Amino acid sequence: MGRRIAQIICFAFGALLFALYFSQHPTARSLNTAVMIDYWQIIFAITLLVGVISFVRINLSNIRRGDNRPYRIISLVGLAVMPILAIIWGIKGNSPFMWMFEYVQVPMQSTVFALLAFFVASASFRGFRARSAPAAVLLTAALLTLTSRSSLEGIVPQFITEAADWVRGNPSMAARRAILIGIGLGSLTTSLRVILGIERTWLGSDK
Amino acid sequence: MDWGVIIAGLLTLAIFSFLYRDNPAYKMAESLLIGVSIGYFLVITWTNTLMDLLFVPLTQDAKWPLIIPLALGVMMFGRFHKRTAPLSRIPIAVLIGSGAGVAIPAMLEARTLRQISATVGPLVTESGLPDISLIAVLVGVLTTLVYFYFSREHKGALGGAAKVGTYFLMSFFGTTFGYTVMSRMSTLIGRVEFLLSDFLRLTQ
Repeated sequence: MGRRIAQIICFAFGALLFALYFSQHPTARSLNTAVMIDYWQIIFAITLLVGVISFVRINLSNIRRGDNRPYRIISLVGLAVMPILAIIWGIKGNSPFMWMFEYVQVPMQSTVFALLAFFVASASFRGFRARSAPAAVLLTAALLTLTSRSSLEGIVPQFITEAADWVRGNPSMAARRAILIGIGLGSLTTSLRVILGIERTWLGSDK
Repeated sequence: MDWGVIIAGLLTLAIFSFLYRDNPAYKMAESLLIGVSIGYFLVITWTNTLMDLLFVPLTQDAKWPLIIPLALGVMMFGRFHKRTAPLSRIPIAVLIGSGAGVAIPAMLEARTLRQISATVGPLVTESGLPDISLIAVLVGVLTTLVYFYFSREHKGALGGAAKVGTYFLMSFFGTTFGYTVMSRMSTLIGRVEFLLSDFLRLTQ
């Protein structure tokens, strides 16, 4: 019963939003904005609360079991500190909340991102061999991009920069365009299958 | 002495310590990052979305239609109990249905029709010579699409075209890889610069 109602709602909203796309009437435009911007943002925001509660519950049960207890406690403390700071001092300019963001969250986030440079370098050292013609094309395209778009740009000959621009603007863009066309067609068929009730995996199971 | 810089420096070193091997300092920093990030997004979502788009318009401007997304959002909490779990399918149905409804025309226009229209153009220039770049793009798009066509076995002409498509794909992957390496490297340079100049004060 619950699954049938969910499918009917999915079809109704899908058909409605599809139809609204073809209307320039102010009521249709405002309804489209209301559903796609306000409804979506509000439902996602409340879903985030559900996710946070779920995160806290899982961590608390792991703490009770003694599974990675110190790290779970640190996660929960980090999670609790931010709302507490925001409630007491607000989130403006130089508040403690923004201090935590600037000196704790941003440095760690960018360091995790930078850490991947080492793994990319080590993976390319092991895997970047021109063993076949397609691999040689991959290697050449990567080297052209690296030499023409880095600080070496002024040192390398002009024709390398021009070749890199040509590769990026033509063969590389052609493949990108074909991938985008494929994504478009794939999204189109998946959306139709979802609206028509052929694709039902999003409903989950009853177990 | 700037305590913010000292803490940021120590946390940066803790994350970098993973390069040696997984260790308690890294795990501690990782756990802290997870907690603080969730806390940050919670506060920002509460302030910018739930307060500004929902509670303030609902209570001060009496925008009663906002009760609908509020009710749909509350239904998501049904997931915590087995008996009320089916209720959470209703907001998911609204999100999935409306997303799919919007995606059909939007994807057709932006991803498919616009890309096809940009690909199809005059292949001969005003001087009567073939435009090599446009021909390369046309051949690249067609052969790459053939590579992703799995309804027939890649044999004969289809197989040959798919093989040509592989070269175009490789040039795309190579270019993307180059840009990825550069973006990671520039972030790494930024972190090392922070450690050397702001944290350790070894350079100016």
